[in-house]
Amino acid sequence: MTRSPNKDVLFGLYDDDAKILSAVGQARAAHLDIYDVFSPFPVHGMEDAMGFTESRIHQAGFVYGLIGTLTAFLGMTWVFTSDWPIIFGGKPYWAVPAFIPVTFELTVLFASIGMVVTFYTICGMGPGILNPTLHDRITDDKFCLAFDVTDASDEEKAKYRAFLQASGAEEIDQKHI
Amino acid sequence: MSGHISPIREPLITGAKTYHQITEDICGPTERTPSAAWMIAFILAVTGLAVYVFCVTWTIWVGIGSWNLNRTINWGWDITNFVWWVGIGHAGTLISAILLLFRQKWRTGVNRAAEAMTIFAVICAGQFPLIHMGRLWLGFFIFPYPNTRGPLWVNFNSPLLWDVFAISTYFTVSLLFWYTGLVPDFATVRDRASGFRRKMYNFLAFGWTGSAKHWQRWESLSLILAGLATPLVLSVHTIVSFDFATSVIPGWHTTIFPPYFVAGAIFSGFAMVQTLMLITRKVLHLEDYITLEHIDSMNKVILATGNIVGVAYLTELFISWYSGYIYEQFAFYNRLMGPYFWSYIGMMACNVISPQIFWSKKMRQNITITFAMSIFINIGMWFERFVIISTTLARDYLPSSWSYYSATWVEVGLFIGTLGLFSTCFMIFTRIAPVVAIAEIKSILKNAGDQYVGMSNAKKHAHAHEPVATKDSTDTH
Repeated sequence: MTRSPNKDVLFGLYDDDAKILSAVGQARAAHLDIYDVFSPFPVHGMEDAMGFTESRIHQAGFVYGLIGTLTAFLGMTWVFTSDWPIIFGGKPYWAVPAFIPVTFELTVLFASIGMVVTFYTICGMGPGILNPTLHDRITDDKFCLAFDVTDASDEEKAKYRAFLQASGAEEIDQKHI
Repeated sequence: MSGHISPIREPLITGAKTYHQITEDICGPTERTPSAAWMIAFILAVTGLAVYVFCVTWTIWVGIGSWNLNRTINWGWDITNFVWWVGIGHAGTLISAILLLFRQKWRTGVNRAAEAMTIFAVICAGQFPLIHMGRLWLGFFIFPYPNTRGPLWVNFNSPLLWDVFAISTYFTVSLLFWYTGLVPDFATVRDRASGFRRKMYNFLAFGWTGSAKHWQRWESLSLILAGLATPLVLSVHTIVSFDFATSVIPGWHTTIFPPYFVAGAIFSGFAMVQTLMLITRKVLHLEDYITLEHIDSMNKVILATGNIVGVAYLTELFISWYSGYIYEQFAFYNRLMGPYFWSYIGMMACNVISPQIFWSKKMRQNITITFAMSIFINIGMWFERFVIISTTLARDYLPSSWSYYSATWVEVGLFIGTLGLFSTCFMIFTRIAPVVAIAEIKSILKNAGDQYVGMSNAKKHAHAHEPVATKDSTDTH
């Protein structure tokens, strides 16, 4: 699913999530190479239909969280046992139970920020970034199935077009992105 | 995030909506000129904000000597307001995170506004400890960083510092969660806009396209953020309660405080969500999305958490008597019969007795009653924090230092001012962002809305179209 600009994309718009789910299944069964599918909301079952593997964002989150845990715990340990050892309220220098709240908070903070930054980075998104969109109604009520036809012959384009028509696309168009 | 589909439950979206109508209904308020009612309410809110700015300026200029705090009662309205506002914020995270994990689809109608409420409430809350420091310009001392003042670090063993970490983490995570949820909806508004608005929403939408892979990651991210925010929401008010519970003051150092504070926070937070949503649904005509079922469900949560809070009050009383510890017994006797008895009565009446009305379904679905109750509960929960903080400090171990405290106009102005700040932020939010999560509402239309298709019907519907025969399809890949 790597997407680079300068492509010619042939796409069909469907008016229902069930129709596009069915169309994606048929396209994959027919070994048509799908460029991407766009929808106004997450269509459940699409991951399976598209053959996506599970997102590994949670694994990244675990690593970020672990970095947060270590930063907090080791940081406080260094501060209170080495850099500035001082006794507060009769607690020992290395007061492990008192370190737990800050450790927990930093674990959550690191994991959350890390995952969100990862998400936007791998999706190629960010403040002010303009990714090309195929149709304005995709974020409203249309479901879009797109094929990359940059290097396709006229015959292949016709085949894609025929497929989109037969699978229930109500509008078919081509766009250079 | 598939969930259980029930044909028995009342639909969560009514009015036989199409996907396009949902977009129209929810994006509409951001595109239309504001109504006269909105303008009047906004002017009132901004007036409150002006009061806030004036009182903050006054406090900083004159010093916190302009407050009525004294050597006995050194936490008054300020920390009461802080705990109250933090508590208000909790329902937002609860609705968005815990109910998401529990697959409660009714959250979709109210989660966006509730999350916004969290952000604004935490902004209001954060002001009070900061101003209470007296020297606002030294506020950066609370942040741990290698500094030029010698090997001087913050006290990581202090609950007050844990608060700093808890509240700032809570704010950051809530903001990330809220904004990530908003991105697809900003894209919807963007694609309907033109000119400057389009540019503005282009910036806000981060280049969202609605790609299937992005949706998959977005859902995965939302679920994990919810999983992280769930213990976070419990931890924040637990840590706030540590401010009191780890002390040695009778009436404060009780082990029941963490769960009691969390329940109280959810209780008051839900009351505030009700207050806001009842007004919002009426003003923005969202009755089809925030239905009586939503109001009913939230009232059930209010009833449950109200009873938990009630049990906590009674447990406190029982334990103080059962402990046989005279100072503890006196602290509670003093709350009931002392100079602040009125606040204790107010707390009990608003938080324990009045929510019992919600055992009746008819009452739970009555808009006027619900609105009145939401106000009562917010007042009651403010009283609760005042009872815990001020009455405890007013009568400590030393009768010679006993004192009475009542707020000055500056303290009252600060509280009213934060209400203005909160309302201003919320009203601007209703003008800029869709107040109901459009994408999430659309995704439940067919399995929890009035266009319910059911599991078997959905499958049938999905395969309704004839398979396309592409003879030499193998050539194309």
